[in-house]
Amino acid sequence: MNGVGTLFRKEVLRFWKVAFQTVAAPVMTAVLYLLIFGHVLEDKVEVFPGVGYTRFLIPGLVMMSVLQNAFANSSSSLVQSKITGNLVFLLVTPLSHRAWFAAYVGAAMVRGLLVGAGVFVVTVWFAPPGLAEPWWAVVFAVLGAGLLGSLGLIAGLWADKFDQMAAFQNFIIMPLTFLSGVFYSVHSLPTLWQTVSHLNPFFYMIDGFRRGFFGVSDVSPWLSLAVVGTSFLVVAGITLRLLATGYKLRS
Amino acid sequence: MSQLPVAHTPAVSFDAVTKTYNSARGAVQALAGVSFKIEPGEFFGLLGPNGAGKTSLISILAGLSRATSGHVTAMGHDVVTDYASARRALGIVPQELVFDPFFTVRETLSIQSGYFGVKNNDAWIDELLHNLGLSDKAGANMRQLSGGMKRRVLVAQALVHRPQVIVLDEPTAGVDVELRQTLWQFIARLNREGHTVLLTTHYLEEAEALCHRIAMLKAGRVVALDRTANLLAGTANTMLRFKTDSPLPPSLAAAARVTGRSVQLTARDAAQVEHHLATLRAAGVKVEDLEIGRADLEDVFLEIMNSAGLHSSAAIAKPRAVAGGSP
Repeated sequence: MNGVGTLFRKEVLRFWKVAFQTVAAPVMTAVLYLLIFGHVLEDKVEVFPGVGYTRFLIPGLVMMSVLQNAFANSSSSLVQSKITGNLVFLLVTPLSHRAWFAAYVGAAMVRGLLVGAGVFVVTVWFAPPGLAEPWWAVVFAVLGAGLLGSLGLIAGLWADKFDQMAAFQNFIIMPLTFLSGVFYSVHSLPTLWQTVSHLNPFFYMIDGFRRGFFGVSDVSPWLSLAVVGTSFLVVAGITLRLLATGYKLRS
Repeated sequence: MSQLPVAHTPAVSFDAVTKTYNSARGAVQALAGVSFKIEPGEFFGLLGPNGAGKTSLISILAGLSRATSGHVTAMGHDVVTDYASARRALGIVPQELVFDPFFTVRETLSIQSGYFGVKNNDAWIDELLHNLGLSDKAGANMRQLSGGMKRRVLVAQALVHRPQVIVLDEPTAGVDVELRQTLWQFIARLNREGHTVLLTTHYLEEAEALCHRIAMLKAGRVVALDRTANLLAGTANTMLRFKTDSPLPPSLAAAARVTGRSVQLTARDAAQVEHHLATLRAAGVKVEDLEIGRADLEDVFLEIMNSAGLHSSAAIAKPRAVAGGSP
């Protein structure tokens, strides 16, 4: 196996060895969200015509799990290696910055998509959401996982301690995820907050992903694809630049 | 792209290397223009007190840090512009005892091997495990190992891709005698087989026993560089050791190394030994357990460090035999 393949495999093994924590636990959390919110709101909210709240919620929870776990994988792996010092084993290798990017982001995508698939498989028994335009679901899941895996690398490079990493996750990633329409349609919000939601790239990931299940969405999936695709290219470009310059890696 | 290495290409070359760290308290110069070469097959020692710049120099060689100015090559490959080839030529044993807690010893070595694109490496990994006394720990998680065992794994990780140049940054700090012997027997064997070794250590007897040549750093500068034998021969080579409760006369006190009741005085020759003893008698110093022996590398090191300030004499401040004297 070549260098980038080895790093990718090692990153996948790293989370797989603690799969209860990295895969099973987030699936369980998403199922609890579904049980609680679905039970409380099933008969009170109909976001799309003919779509019950539980069915509406499932794609949002799946995508939220994909995004959060892709971010968690690359960010936690890098910051742990930096703080414990074992990143030196990687720094002395001939691996290029592109190899680092491909391996870390690739493994983050695997974890994000694995957890997302787990959430889908478990929750689909409660209320099958259907797959009206499945290619959109695949495109946004893959792009979203890549974008958050890349953002996780930036966070991992920037953070010097676990506290900073927690701040990045809780004050940036978590609000952007929760305020992206996972639990509601942005059309249910006042005009001001609809406008604010449209500035959040996470909204387009959730909305585009949901399109794959119901064939309807708050905005055109092509607009969502343009926003998410551009966001991925920008974030990936920044990440590659930081890796190439050795930002907080090589003094 | 650098040129392919040729027969006389040095294993490692430092050319006018400077390193300045910017901190909140201002700029700190860790390296102030270091230049020397290590020839292929050499066992080379890099000595100096804490803060002399040894680890900064090795970090630049390994690619962990970047020089502020100057050039560094490994087997002819520039460590910045041709870093991939340079890093394939280097095996770095870091100073800190670090490990990845997710993996077993064998997995750790297999992964490190893969980073360098080395396939089907199980036979060499088994040989490394055997030679470093790790065979029965191959399946153990890194967390379960003692400090000494973790140190052995660090050495194995550095060697797993069969580098031409092995860099050991204080590899025996805090490890037991058995590991030291095992490690040095193995490293000496690799050196006999043609590997170049660059060693930093605080154990000067190790450097004296193992190194063909030694460079001494102080305050980011090379203050001595020569064959080990020449360094030992080029200084006061007789040592006067005794115990006393009396204060030493001022003429001897300045040059003496005093540890509790124990005193060590260097002397160039028998006449100077006589002179020291006469001075002690004249001052009424009562001497016990008197011994006269040969000076060792520690004495050379202390003499050079004590005399080599930044404005030291040319004889010491100018490194001797910078590129010569290789084995």
